[in-house]
Amino acid sequence: MKKLNFILSLVAALVVTSYASARDQIKIVGSSTVYPYATVVAERFGQGGKFKTPVIESTGTGGGMKIFCEGVGVNHPDITNASRAIKSSEKELCAKNGVKDIVEIIVGNDGLTVAHSVKAKDLNFTKEQLWRALAHDVDVNGKLVANPYKKWSDIDKSLPDFAIQFLVAPPTSGTRDAWNSLVMSKGCTKVAKAAYEAAGKKSKKECAKVREDGPAIEAGENDTLIVNKIVSDPQAFGYFGYSYLIANQDKIKAAKVDGKLPTLASIQDYSYGIARPLFFYVKKAHIGVIPGMKEFLAEFTSKGSMGPTGYLADLGLVPLSDADYKKVRTAGTQLNTISLN
Amino acid sequence: MNREIRLKKRYAAEQRFKLYGVISILTALFFVGLLLFKVFSGGATAFIKTTIAVEVDYNKELLGFEASQIPSMEEVKQADFYDVTYQAATGFYKFSNDAEEKSIRTMLSGRYEQEIKNYLLNNPDLLGKKEVLYLTTSDDVDQLHKGNFPRDIPEERRRINNFQLQVYDALVEQGKIKTKYNNYFLTNGDSRDAEIAGVGGSMMGSFFSIIICLILAFPIAILAAVYLEEFAPKNRTTEIIEININNLAAVPSIVFGLLALGILLNTFGLPRSTSLVGGITLSLMTLPTIIIACRASLKAVPPSIREAALAVGASKVQTTIHHVVPLAMPGTLSGTIIGLAQALGETAPLLLIGMVAFVVDIPSVPTDPSASLPVQIYLWSEQAERGFVEKTSATIMLLIGFLIIMNSLAVWARQKFERKWM
Repeated sequence: MKKLNFILSLVAALVVTSYASARDQIKIVGSSTVYPYATVVAERFGQGGKFKTPVIESTGTGGGMKIFCEGVGVNHPDITNASRAIKSSEKELCAKNGVKDIVEIIVGNDGLTVAHSVKAKDLNFTKEQLWRALAHDVDVNGKLVANPYKKWSDIDKSLPDFAIQFLVAPPTSGTRDAWNSLVMSKGCTKVAKAAYEAAGKKSKKECAKVREDGPAIEAGENDTLIVNKIVSDPQAFGYFGYSYLIANQDKIKAAKVDGKLPTLASIQDYSYGIARPLFFYVKKAHIGVIPGMKEFLAEFTSKGSMGPTGYLADLGLVPLSDADYKKVRTAGTQLNTISLN
Repeated sequence: MNREIRLKKRYAAEQRFKLYGVISILTALFFVGLLLFKVFSGGATAFIKTTIAVEVDYNKELLGFEASQIPSMEEVKQADFYDVTYQAATGFYKFSNDAEEKSIRTMLSGRYEQEIKNYLLNNPDLLGKKEVLYLTTSDDVDQLHKGNFPRDIPEERRRINNFQLQVYDALVEQGKIKTKYNNYFLTNGDSRDAEIAGVGGSMMGSFFSIIICLILAFPIAILAAVYLEEFAPKNRTTEIIEININNLAAVPSIVFGLLALGILLNTFGLPRSTSLVGGITLSLMTLPTIIIACRASLKAVPPSIREAALAVGASKVQTTIHHVVPLAMPGTLSGTIIGLAQALGETAPLLLIGMVAFVVDIPSVPTDPSASLPVQIYLWSEQAERGFVEKTSATIMLLIGFLIIMNSLAVWARQKFERKWM
């Protein structure tokens, strides 16, 4: 019985101490695309020795927003990473839970890379061709039908004569959201859009619907897995962040999209058609409460990390243009909040 | 005649049946062997790191002291090591421009400055002398040395540029590149530099989780099992409880994660990403396993033991605590160890309570944020850098090792202490 009492009191003590102790470590949640960059900054920040290294969870953009918007206080994370801008529904959720002042920081740009094995021939896709390869329904001779294309050459004679195999990201990922808005709805033909509108459906949603008859293969959140799959099969394609191309250039290469290859320059000036900004969001109410918040923001937005020759660029993050960088740096140091309406 | 043919047929059928059995065992072994081979062949190299022999000049003036000064330990700690480390990191090969200088410096790991400084702090009498140190290389050089990068491809496709390749070849020729035991792998926390990333932090996280799981689950499970088996009346209610416990043992582990997220984190406000919450969650998962094992061993204790104790005047509680429970311990213990081994390899519930996190600092108490071993495997398998591939396999090796140890312990405990009843 004494043992039992001892154990119970031990557990109670643990619970109480965790309640009483204030947090002295920054907590970050959110996108797995921003994770590789945020972790490097966090590690450098921790090596500075003044503050503890921030803890970073990889929850995905949507999951991160949900946790981030749950409330203000030491039990809630301070920062969330996002591979897309905050949605209006998420702003509402934040406002409802008292998370009123949010600082938005653009980390840099990322280019979604359509990649295949180095053993394969170089290719050039248009967005329409990519949409035709992946969409659930396409227009043929002015009529909307279930996607009939089995081979790339069925779509266009200039494309190779083998079966379509495309690894796509899961619906929960921010990468998939970006792909949908930058490729699927842009590549969607006018005929198809008109047909959807005529049927009283939202064309944006319907155009992004991915076929379920085999050629579009849903892969998990794990981009390394996609890299391995396209390396082992030179006829398979996949899309993922630019950093995975940089780290695996001995095995994979990018296909051109609308005649452009993803490079630092083409992603930075958005001439490469599937480039997107990456973000993180900061709770202003936590600055001054959690030690090191201000310094962490300063480190992340410094020239040494985000700048053109900073260490994040080495990992494949495409730096912002000078004008954009100045805006972000100001937001990071002046803590300008975004409007929640 | 007819009979003989039938007999032959039956013998043949028996032989065939045995053969099928042997084939299925061999197939199972083949797949296990394949898995282990893949993991071990890929992961063994993570325990080795590549180093470059570099001459370090612990010159007093470079450290900012007077030549005649004898600085105290504290002063050495505060000294500016930049000049010393820079000279060492760029001094092992001749370069002619800034790009080449950077190429040489980035052949070393991001931690060469600490390595040089710590070596002096551990050997203070080297102050003012020169010493050859083996500094850890960057993971790109490491992977090149281990043969995981092809060399015969165009420069822009390589992580290592032509100049670095030239330096590397020259160093190999001079015997300045050596492989050493990777001391960082078992002791360091997570890092984004593959060459200094380690499983120390996640091992501590797993250790704390398992200890908390044991402290919580073991006493509760034993009390529950003893009460149900020895004291509770056999009626409808206890039957329902029994069915529920059996069901609970089969519930997918992610459900316990959801439960912990809803109750422990959201209602009680316990801190996210900590091994405290991880341990409590895992203990919920392990409880039914231990209860079932304990009840089975209590059932196996022959009634004559209880009757004998009661006959000499022992009370029900005395009978149970003095005689029945000790005899049931071996089975209970092995059940507990197997339950804990299961908990050690669990990832799904930890995803929901935030233990899938990048944690650099090694946790020192259960309320510190931490990852755990299976989560570390998951996180590293997602990294783009090549150096993490072998780290992932090596972590799997460690986890398999721990599981084998725990399961053998369970078998040993059962065989050593179990009593056979005639």
